[in-house]
Amino acid sequence: MNDSDATVKLVVDGHEIQAKPGEMIIAAAEKAGVLIPRFCYHPRLEPVGVCRMCLVEVKGPRGFSLQPACYLPVAEGMEVVTNSDKAKKAQDGVLEYLLANHPLDCPVCDKGGECPLQDQTFVYGPGESRFVEEKRHYPKPIPISKLVYLDRERCIQCDRCTRFADDVAGEALINFIGRGGSIQVNTFPDKPFSSYFSGNTVQICPVGALTATPYRFKARPWDLEQVESTCVGCSVGCQIVVQSSENELVRYLGLDSEAVNHSWLCDKGRFGFESVNSSDRLGTPTIRNGTAAKEASWTEAMAKLAEPLNRARKRPESIAIIGGAHLANEDLYVWSKLAKSIFGTDSVDAQLGDGLDPRLLTRTNRATIADAVGAEVLVLLSGDIREELPVLFLRLREAAISSGLKIVELTHAATSLTPNAAASIVVSPGQVEATVRSLVEQSGQEPSDPSIAVAKAIIAGADPNRIVVLAGRMNQAGSSLDQERAIATLIDAKPGSKLLSGLRRANVNGAIDMGFVPGHLPGRCALTEGSKELIDAWKQVPTQIGRSTPEILAAAANGEIDVLFLIGADPISDAPDPELSERALAKVGTVVSVETLPNASTRFASIILPAAAFTERMGSTTNVESRISLLGQKLVSFGLSRPEWMIAVEIAAAIGEDLGFESMHDVWRELSVVSPLHRGLSLQALGSPGTREGVLVPVRRSRVSIASNRSLDPVATPGIISVEHSGPPSSSGTGRGSDAYPGIEANASAVESVDSRISGDLLDLLATPNEVAPIGSGDLVPVLRRRLFDGGTMLVRSKNLTELAPAPRVTVGGSTAASMGFAAGSKVTLSNGTSELPDLELVVDRGVADGVVVVDLDGESGLTRRVIQGENLRLTIKLESV
Amino acid sequence: MARFTPDMETRALAVIELYPERRSATIPLCHLAQEQDGYLTREAMEQISELVGITPAEVLGTASFYDMLHTEPVGKYLVGVCTNIACLLKGGEELLEHAEQALGVAPGGTTDDGMFTLEEMECIAHCDKAPAVQVNYRFFGPLGDESFDSLVEELRGGALDAVVPPHGTLSRVHRTSGIAVPLAEIIEARRSGDLLEAERARAKAEAEGAGGNQL
Ligand code: SF4
Ligand code: SF4
Ligand code: FES
Ligand code: FES
Repeated sequence: MNDSDATVKLVVDGHEIQAKPGEMIIAAAEKAGVLIPRFCYHPRLEPVGVCRMCLVEVKGPRGFSLQPACYLPVAEGMEVVTNSDKAKKAQDGVLEYLLANHPLDCPVCDKGGECPLQDQTFVYGPGESRFVEEKRHYPKPIPISKLVYLDRERCIQCDRCTRFADDVAGEALINFIGRGGSIQVNTFPDKPFSSYFSGNTVQICPVGALTATPYRFKARPWDLEQVESTCVGCSVGCQIVVQSSENELVRYLGLDSEAVNHSWLCDKGRFGFESVNSSDRLGTPTIRNGTAAKEASWTEAMAKLAEPLNRARKRPESIAIIGGAHLANEDLYVWSKLAKSIFGTDSVDAQLGDGLDPRLLTRTNRATIADAVGAEVLVLLSGDIREELPVLFLRLREAAISSGLKIVELTHAATSLTPNAAASIVVSPGQVEATVRSLVEQSGQEPSDPSIAVAKAIIAGADPNRIVVLAGRMNQAGSSLDQERAIATLIDAKPGSKLLSGLRRANVNGAIDMGFVPGHLPGRCALTEGSKELIDAWKQVPTQIGRSTPEILAAAANGEIDVLFLIGADPISDAPDPELSERALAKVGTVVSVETLPNASTRFASIILPAAAFTERMGSTTNVESRISLLGQKLVSFGLSRPEWMIAVEIAAAIGEDLGFESMHDVWRELSVVSPLHRGLSLQALGSPGTREGVLVPVRRSRVSIASNRSLDPVATPGIISVEHSGPPSSSGTGRGSDAYPGIEANASAVESVDSRISGDLLDLLATPNEVAPIGSGDLVPVLRRRLFDGGTMLVRSKNLTELAPAPRVTVGGSTAASMGFAAGSKVTLSNGTSELPDLELVVDRGVADGVVVVDLDGESGLTRRVIQGENLRLTIKLESV
Repeated sequence: MARFTPDMETRALAVIELYPERRSATIPLCHLAQEQDGYLTREAMEQISELVGITPAEVLGTASFYDMLHTEPVGKYLVGVCTNIACLLKGGEELLEHAEQALGVAPGGTTDDGMFTLEEMECIAHCDKAPAVQVNYRFFGPLGDESFDSLVEELRGGALDAVVPPHGTLSRVHRTSGIAVPLAEIIEARRSGDLLEAERARAKAEAEGAGGNQL
């Protein structure tokens, strides 16, 4: 018998139950259907046993005594009584005591109606208090950050928020201050609780002590409508509950998904919903003639589009599509078919020149998040994960601290995971492939860099099947080829290793799977690899590999593109060269923008088509680990906006073609036949109770373990009472299903077809390395880095998040700063010889490679990209006179 | 004054050296900062957090837990009057009342000249001289109203400078070089202790395995 199925037998309230060794009584009892009241206990935090609400009687050598159920592990033969008079008296007493100082301002408290203190007082409390003394008073809520308010009178000192901040997020910016009756949660004076994860403390606070600015006084729990969904703030795919009141979004809460987010969300995901409510939303199709814009009906807009489109179809390569990473899977499939089968163009790119060669994702053995946290070694070849995939950062940090995951990081500047890394190698841009080579190649002499020596030993000693490479974009400036070759080198050298995608835009991984990148068809197939079923359904596929985003823009600037679709994309802010994007957009005859919000590029559009936003439509999305999960709908779509797949169907109809879809069921019916990756799936299956954690594709016969029933714990996450799974009603009891998911058949030949494309010689697919220009003295090589609050379109429209974008700054290493003779904190100007970026704060960080300057990418303003663009760029820094 | 002076910083770094984990030096560094400024300034707490690798909130949280660490300014002399049982019986309450009047401040308050901060204490283990008073952790007693007043006078006039250092000074003698903690020896001793433990556990397990669980 191995450890995982060992059990311990104990008796709770007279019934024998089974538990896992090491499990706390409170958890074991709960699984057996006995709910013990609690405040400080949280299933995702380490127990502390401070509130004493969970006292139960446990038999010991001297008879029964009161013990905290959240702090005592089960033992063989243990006897526990949770409902004796003594236990009840204890619970009663603890509540009376907790309420002694509690202000009981429930009528004006946002937590009222979903408050564990209120609820447990009703069930277990005394009803009356014997205290007549004056209560403790504090000024009513104080802001502890721009997003979080703290009401110290309501706090019951359960230590949940402080444990979360310290243990889970790793930033103890809040702490207990003082002692005894005057203890309070607080920050250090003038050091706000500015954590990317602060919203989680609001979510787990069992009273109304912590409230979030965007939700304060917005709604009452009993007025909320809710639906399960997936966050699309990035590609981690955190499971959420979307709550609305009167057709307006008011709150997201994190759902506890064992596979993905463990109930946590980042603040960008949690509060980004404000952009959906934004008054800037596009609600009507708009046609522009020169400078005159006029609102139009869909029919008019389609008629206007048909004519240039029909003309352009004669030369399919003159039609191009940029964007799509924010679309649902269904949209992407329909648009993919529209572009590649109807238009006949392969110039379709969901990445904006800031991602990776898609073949790294379609030709490799892909890892899940569980694979990554359970790996022996995780090699990071990506940006700072906390900035790009925040909740994945929490999972990796936890694994590094408590389950022995060894992180080997290659980076241009220290990241948030550096403190938890077993080896952190600082490399200069252009040196990544060479460094990886020195890690995996046998060589006689010991590497001179100690971190390389450590990393080399770690990688050499690891089982290759338990090596995972997290592949993202280390540097947004310049070419990604060096880094892509590094990833390929590592994977080729370690057969059996897996790749976890670090591509961060919402559904960019789904877009690649749907063939919404050049050279691909749905199901991770190359243009030449389309299945027979696909060719039957699509009639034709392009034979020529199309252009990527930078190539599309260059061609457009040359006058080679006649119709350009921008789908949820803003090349002026996001593509590497904003000036090229502007020239390109100005030159294209017909730019069609399919958007929810206006951005820098929409002003070049002659036709703007309003798209329904997240939460206004159903669908599914694919996360970094190829997990498909549902997007729930809670709102009526804004104005005349429509889901993107419908827009594609309309466009096809306008040029006399029929895509063959009238509903999303139709889309899945076709997709699940033509794409080996999606074979056997359906919208019904995705909506069934057995797939609440989503479905990993391709569906394999075993290997995935899925959590049994999702338990909605109202004390762990107050506010999620009951929530509908948003799929169409499941046809329960049909078929046998695969081992993994009820109702879904694993299809061996489909899995084999996906796996057969995994290349052992990844490096051969990539181009040969570029020439690296020599670095002159005083020259700095730019590293462009993404920050979570980067001023992007969605953040700019979320009123509580806009202010969180950090002030513009540049970071250099210690010796670089010393050689320039500038002090940290000085104001500097960055120059590329022709244009300048003024007014930046100089930050000195020992973790930055020599001769490198790290610049934070700004979103919509797009200023950094104007100075930092092109390959082999060299910059200089000037001190600004004060 | 706020952050550590260069001298103090050298001492702080030496203190940190003494611990296998940097954060263990938090409280000793708080005392050091208090020795410099009489209380823990915000800047000192921030510097301590940098030196030991925790957040300023954690330093404040730790410091605010302990009565001997002050995060608000206090007088040069911290005068604590004990009102616990032995002193209470011998007139500690009355002495405290007198002290309040004599100094013109309530417990917790500091005189305008910044000389005295008055505190009410639990037992300070000077019960045989009840009612007892401590000044910067130096003990006096038994005290009556008059002897209390003369103590205050002496402190104010500097007559007791040799006995009672300004608040924050724990010791006036400082090592000039770090103490030689035989770390290697300690670690070795610990490890052999563990080995002994392991050996015992193994022997026990063997005995149980061979002879059944009759123990
Ligand atoms: S603020 Fe809330 S979560 Fe934090 S200790 Fe108080 S009651 Fe607990
Ligand atoms: S990590 Fe990504 S998916 Fe998760 S809450 Fe944040 S933005 Fe949303
Ligand atoms: S002490 Fe057990 S839940 Fe708080
Ligand atoms: S009771 Fe006052 S010193 Fe002990």
